Amino acid sequence: MHELAVTESIVEIVCRHAERAKAKRIRRIYLVIGDLSSIVDDSVQFYFDFVSQDTLAQGAELVFRRIPVELVCEACGHRWNPPDADWVCPACGERRGRVLAGREFYVESIEVDT
Amino acid sequence: MSKIPVVERIMSQHDRVAIRNRALLDARGVHAINVMASPGAGKTCFILATAERLGNRLRLGVIEGDLASSVDADKVRAVGLPAVQINTGGNCHLDAIQVGQALAQLPLEEMDLLFIENVGNLVCPATFALGEHTRLAISSIPEGDDKPFKYPFIFANVDVLILNKMDLLPYIPFDVEAFYRTVRGLNPDIAIFPVSCVTGEGLDAWVEWLLQRVQRP
Repeated sequence: MHELAVTESIVEIVCRHAERAKAKRIRRIYLVIGDLSSIVDDSVQFYFDFVSQDTLAQGAELVFRRIPVELVCEACGHRWNPPDADWVCPACGERRGRVLAGREFYVESIEVDT
Repeated sequence: MSKIPVVERIMSQHDRVAIRNRALLDARGVHAINVMASPGAGKTCFILATAERLGNRLRLGVIEGDLASSVDADKVRAVGLPAVQINTGGNCHLDAIQVGQALAQLPLEEMDLLFIENVGNLVCPATFALGEHTRLAISSIPEGDDKPFKYPFIFANVDVLILNKMDLLPYIPFDVEAFYRTVRGLNPDIAIFPVSCVTGEGLDAWVEWLLQRVQRP
């Protein structure tokens, strides 16, 4: 249920940017979330519906862009998307994967009425 | 309708508070460890066993995070350590704001090391930086060797892992080598210490590592 705190943070960020742009209301919120972030989209949506009440974000649509985990093998340089948490390089069999993508956790942009 | 670029990390406001906590700890010369594990993994026992092994080599303090009660803080105070209990009132993790408030209640000038015992949970605490210098997770033998598959985020994001309750290994099927392999696959730089807080097995190696890390300039 840490999605509540996360959602409050999202609403704070988008309202701050919307106010700065003197927007009347926020229509859409574009979120980028890596698969290594333990966030459930539906849960954020659930909390958003009441956290955003009486703010510029009320009624806005949440658009999630999920980033799959991408690793690079430090042994052979192979890049791959692991299907689960057993991070074995499919090219050489080593377990020395470095995370290239999958930790993203940010608000990318908002669409507003001005 | 117009599009406004934002590109702001969702945790940025929260992490600012964590950075403030870190600056306060640095100014007082206190090394903080965020202890994360599932309920019953042995977090409090591990902190107490570490305190006993350390003796007077480091001066300790503890922040205890739980949904409710002061059971853990009472245990810590009973051995003479300063402790602050945070009751999250249902929240599944500690956040930097709560820890900041707890720091104000601790005698930081008289401490070298702070254990922050997070709420028992393998998911949420990993998202919230508290200002700690070291992130520590505890797994225990009865939880099974498949936890890294189920909760990869926490195993990929800690500096050190304690495998607790090694004294139960004869009674429970747990493939230690397979467990290490998976964890090191997720986190090649992780330090792992198998211990038992009941028999004391493995605690000396952990304490040596801890002393080196805390005293590193």
